[in-house]
Amino acid sequence: MTWVFDHLGLLGDLTVTHVYLSVLPVVLGLIIAIPLGWAASRWRPARAFLLTVSGLLYTIPSLALIVILPAIISTKTLDPVNVIITLTVYTIALLVRSIADALSAVPPTIVAAATAIGYRPFKRFLGVEFPLAIPVVVAGLRVAMVSNISLVSVGALIGIAGYGQLFTNGFQLQFVTEIVTGIVATLLLALVADLVLQLIGRLVTPWTRVGR
Amino acid sequence: MVERSAVVSGRGYCRPHYRDDRKDLGVIEFQAVTKRFDDGTVAVDELDLTVDPGRITVFVGPSGCGKTTSLRMINRMIDLTSGSILVDGKDVRQSDPPLLRRGIGYVIQQAGLFPHRTVLDNIATVPVLAGWGRAKARKRAEELLETVGLPAAMGRRYPAQLSGGQQQRVGVARALAVDPPVLLMDEPFSAVDPVVREGLQDELLRLQGELGKTIVFVTHDIDEAIKLGDKVAVFRTGGILAQYDTPAELLARPADDFVTNFVGRDRGYRALGFLTAGGLSLGELAPVKVGATVAEARQALRDGWAVVVDERNHPCGWLSADRLSSVDESATVDADLLLAGGSLYDTEHGSLRSALDAALSSPSALGVAVDGQGVLAGSITADEVLRALAAARTAGEVPQ
Ligand SMILES: Nc1ncnc2c1ncn2[C@@H]1O[C@H](COP(=O)(O)OP(=O)(O)OP(=O)(O)O)[C@@H](O)[C@H]1O
Ligand SMILES: [Mg+2]
Repeated sequence: MTWVFDHLGLLGDLTVTHVYLSVLPVVLGLIIAIPLGWAASRWRPARAFLLTVSGLLYTIPSLALIVILPAIISTKTLDPVNVIITLTVYTIALLVRSIADALSAVPPTIVAAATAIGYRPFKRFLGVEFPLAIPVVVAGLRVAMVSNISLVSVGALIGIAGYGQLFTNGFQLQFVTEIVTGIVATLLLALVADLVLQLIGRLVTPWTRVGR
Repeated sequence: MVERSAVVSGRGYCRPHYRDDRKDLGVIEFQAVTKRFDDGTVAVDELDLTVDPGRITVFVGPSGCGKTTSLRMINRMIDLTSGSILVDGKDVRQSDPPLLRRGIGYVIQQAGLFPHRTVLDNIATVPVLAGWGRAKARKRAEELLETVGLPAAMGRRYPAQLSGGQQQRVGVARALAVDPPVLLMDEPFSAVDPVVREGLQDELLRLQGELGKTIVFVTHDIDEAIKLGDKVAVFRTGGILAQYDTPAELLARPADDFVTNFVGRDRGYRALGFLTAGGLSLGELAPVKVGATVAEARQALRDGWAVVVDERNHPCGWLSADRLSSVDESATVDADLLLAGGSLYDTEHGSLRSALDAALSSPSALGVAVDGQGVLAGSITADEVLRALAAARTAGEVPQ
């Protein structure tokens, strides 16, 4: 425990980096996945293509992608951009399916009612279809968030900053406290992030909790 | 004869009492309209029909006869294959669909409300789309909530917190939000139970009396068609118009066997709903006031029956000699002693049908007639109704 209090500064820095590396890809992934999911829900061929591609992306080991990315887009090996791009791709792969399914699950009568009272397609998407898809989207975001947090930790193996450094460091020094701190910190962060997402989800979908 | 049934609706047909200042907006013309779907199905075949402005026109027919398709071609939810539809002289194909649709109210079965918006926001949807600004749109929504008879507090609820009938009212309010001259309604009341449906139908007629919209109403229920329609278009399978007439004509002179069968067996009886009962002569009734003593009530009995009225002279039930024989002289007449009466016959708005029903449904065989305000006017017998009916027949007003 004293070790933890002696290294609060370090822990703080690692937290900032860890949060940054795991949250930013979720945000970027969501922004990109929404139009893709919309396309997948609207056109059958787009759905087949996008869902196949995202399925394939998911089978590539994340660490491998982070390592080969610099060769593809000529960044430095330890550039955090590699991590952000990789995790964004994973988030997209995960969310495209959630979003496509959620949009397909919006009752057609409600979409038709929206059209019939004069919505144009884009506003109808923002005003009716997407809000109704939010509960499923939030569920997808929670999975993406937690998996990103753990992937960032694992990334320490190839030199990525974050709580994972506590494992690698502790392992080299045979210092159990540091390893445990890394595990606990990762768990806590995942837990907090999940709670925050749940809370946001609840706040933006008040209609899902009304009783009869 | 409970207070609630003081309105004859549902038994006779109460037509909307149209205001005189209605605008003649919202003429809809179908000109040789055909719809052939991609798979070759002809849903509507060479339809020629003009919907009267400011009136209710009902499309009725068996399932799959093209009612919904005809309706949805008006606001271009479905595009027609050939022919043209004109709204106030303008071909609908010349309008941008979303703009066209904002000018045409649309109500569907189960209301189609947005589950993620409060009732008020649902109603305000079209005004907001039309760029009214939030505050004005909400104010309008509050007004409409009242128009359709819902308490203001309900505006903050979500659709899932309303009953089916209440949702349907909100659906109507949403369709009325920008005061469009035309209202399209596709089986709006078919998902609610019969009692609620009857209430919603009466409400629609009341509203229509105030608003005078051009309403195209789709149903497969001929009774609903006859009750609501100023004109009824009967479709047969294959999207062919079988007859387009007033309900009275439809009942009196069905065009062919298909229409005859569709209109149903007791059309002669139902046609009574369109005969005004002005010429009926009413019998005298000596009413007993609520709170009178049993002794007084016994005095008032005629053939073993007496009608009881409240302090405003509104009838509230019958007393029978039977009932009175089992109570003490000095007791007073109260609700416990009363036998519920039948339907009331409103001498101002009622039809022969409601007069006959009043007589047939009364425990004393005397129907109770009231004036337009619900005040006791006299009694009516089935014989008297039949006499008036015979007179009407001689005058050629009823199906022969
Ligand atoms: N999108 C479509 N593609 C092919 N055929 C269709 C389509 N929509 C409707 N039809 C067919 O067109 C005909 C008329 O359909 P429509 O929905 O207008 O009937 P309806 O009179 O409203 O029936 P209901 O009372 O059952 O609602 C039916 O035979 C139906 O199967
Ligand atoms: Mg239909």
